[in-house]
Amino acid sequence: MKENKNPIPQSASEPVITIKSHSSWTALELGDLWRYRELLFLLTWRDIKVRYAQTVLGASWAVIQPLLTMVIFSVIFGQLAKLPSDGIPYPIFTYTALLPWQLFSFALINSSQSLVGSQNLVSKVYFPRLVIPIASVLPGLVDFAISFLVLIGMLIYYQIPLTLRILTLPLFLLLAVMSALAVGLWLSALNVEYRDIRYVVPFMTLFWQYATPVAYSASLIPEKWRLLYGLNPMTGVVEGFRWALLGTGRVDGMVMISVVIIVIILISGLAYFKRMEATFADVI
Amino acid sequence: MSDIAIRVENLSKKYRLGRRRVIPNFQETLLHALSAPARWMRGERKVDDTFWALKDVSYGRIASLLEVGTGFHSELTGRDNIYLNGAILGMSQKEIGRKFDEIVDFSGVEKFLDTPVKHYSSGMYVRLAFAVAAHLEPEILVVDEVLAVGDAEFQKKCLGKMGDVTKEGRTVLFVSHNMGAITQLCPNAILLNKGMLETYSTAEDVVKQYLSSGTDSPRVTFDHSSNPNAAALITRLWIGDSQGEAISIVDVNKSFTIGLEILGRQRIKGVEISIRIFNSIGHPLFTTNLNPSGSEVTLEKGLVQYLIPVPSHFLAPDTYSISVAIHKPFVEFIDQHENAISFDVKETGSQMWRYKSSEYGNILVDFPWQKSD
Repeated sequence: MKENKNPIPQSASEPVITIKSHSSWTALELGDLWRYRELLFLLTWRDIKVRYAQTVLGASWAVIQPLLTMVIFSVIFGQLAKLPSDGIPYPIFTYTALLPWQLFSFALINSSQSLVGSQNLVSKVYFPRLVIPIASVLPGLVDFAISFLVLIGMLIYYQIPLTLRILTLPLFLLLAVMSALAVGLWLSALNVEYRDIRYVVPFMTLFWQYATPVAYSASLIPEKWRLLYGLNPMTGVVEGFRWALLGTGRVDGMVMISVVIIVIILISGLAYFKRMEATFADVI
Repeated sequence: MSDIAIRVENLSKKYRLGRRRVIPNFQETLLHALSAPARWMRGERKVDDTFWALKDVSYGRIASLLEVGTGFHSELTGRDNIYLNGAILGMSQKEIGRKFDEIVDFSGVEKFLDTPVKHYSSGMYVRLAFAVAAHLEPEILVVDEVLAVGDAEFQKKCLGKMGDVTKEGRTVLFVSHNMGAITQLCPNAILLNKGMLETYSTAEDVVKQYLSSGTDSPRVTFDHSSNPNAAALITRLWIGDSQGEAISIVDVNKSFTIGLEILGRQRIKGVEISIRIFNSIGHPLFTTNLNPSGSEVTLEKGLVQYLIPVPSHFLAPDTYSISVAIHKPFVEFIDQHENAISFDVKETGSQMWRYKSSEYGNILVDFPWQKSD
């Protein structure tokens, strides 16, 4: 390197390009996200790969968790409390709802810790921060896929006929992912500054689960409250899953309201995230 | 791109931008700023106090070795981590695939490629991480003092790689307190002090300035009344440049002097004045006497100053302390001070700059080896 004795530039008279960022609200830099799609993919893949490392049961945990919850719910709510299940065997009735719920609660728990858990990445390297919460939500899809196979087995066992409605399932799955991402964005960004989120999340998950028709049917809700009930975005998702797979429930105004709420939370989450992004490295 | 211009006009002002910013380690913070530029510049209004700008670069790929292994996951294997870390640093999978063998080869961890990195030694870890970052082909390679880790051979490899990067016309931004490495590797250097740009000049000049600033110069003045009955007193002791002017830090490449001032209260016969140098772990290295031939010296009444020249390239970079005594050999000590002052010899590019003096010894030598047939 010694031979490279460049004359020292003394003044700023030579052309200088200043690197500056744009205002936080105008650009969500989603194009940036596309440029870093490989990183997104790799981080997701890393989380999947690491998730069940050094566990004895490995990926079967993805099935065991909803299955055990289903058994508990079946005993308590199905057998003891005798909650109505719209004429469907209670186990599959609740398991169908547990699938999107599992995806959602996975996002709640993982995304809130995602940015803080990647502290050295955030403070040392530049890449679109959005990659981190998104990559923390996506591995839930793998668990979803595995436990969905079990659901197919149960559908056959209980001889529940599939209808053309199942074609709408990808839509509801997308909705589930969107809602998971929406809360994930909010929680991950909030947790950077307010570590209280870590303590809030377990309660939130528990409370939210009972506020969502997972263990019971949405038909228990009085008709006049039904639209209000749709304000819980997961209500629409769960109702949609049951409608598409089991043929119970109704896709009506309640589901529409859930969709609108999900879109609102997602967009506001994105905006909030981008606004906070500039300070992540400082505050984290 | 041929050049990088960093205008650090008011760095401290810039740092106030970030809320609640604490700057525990300025050096690291600077590197953060350089590696994540867009995040540090907010809004058009800041253009006035542009704190740094890259000439001829609009969108540069900046690889930082700030914290090697950032994004390494301990549960993943070396192979997986190469791909992951590459992606984090901005490489495409194709690119990594193409350079994979080169990276593995450079890191020398081939045998453990399929072992989770949690089982790696820290040396292997750093080597692998450096290998990935070094193959990023960045427009600007930011290198921290990270090179202090790793064995000598690997360090040589790293420095070679840095040399390659510059030869290809790209820039290496090397941040270090290692003066030896700076003068050896860099044509130009920047000196920062308290967040402000202090000097931007050739590396030699900057190093010189760095060494002459900083700590107080090692010198001591002894109180005349401390030893009222002594026939002679040591009154001052200092480290000076070749002219005897007090300096704070000794440059390994420059000769220096030890200055001594003695007050004779009466004429004394048969005295010896000795100065002994100790290294940083307290081992005496050598003693120099006023009269090397060993014949007796007579100290006259009055104030007298001595300058003891020490050649350049003699004491290896380390911290040394000095003890001084006026004595009649085997008879009595007239005045003495143990560890009176200590001083640092700084590495500015000796032949041994890559090694630590604690390993190779305190004395630099230049013996001409001859081949014997």
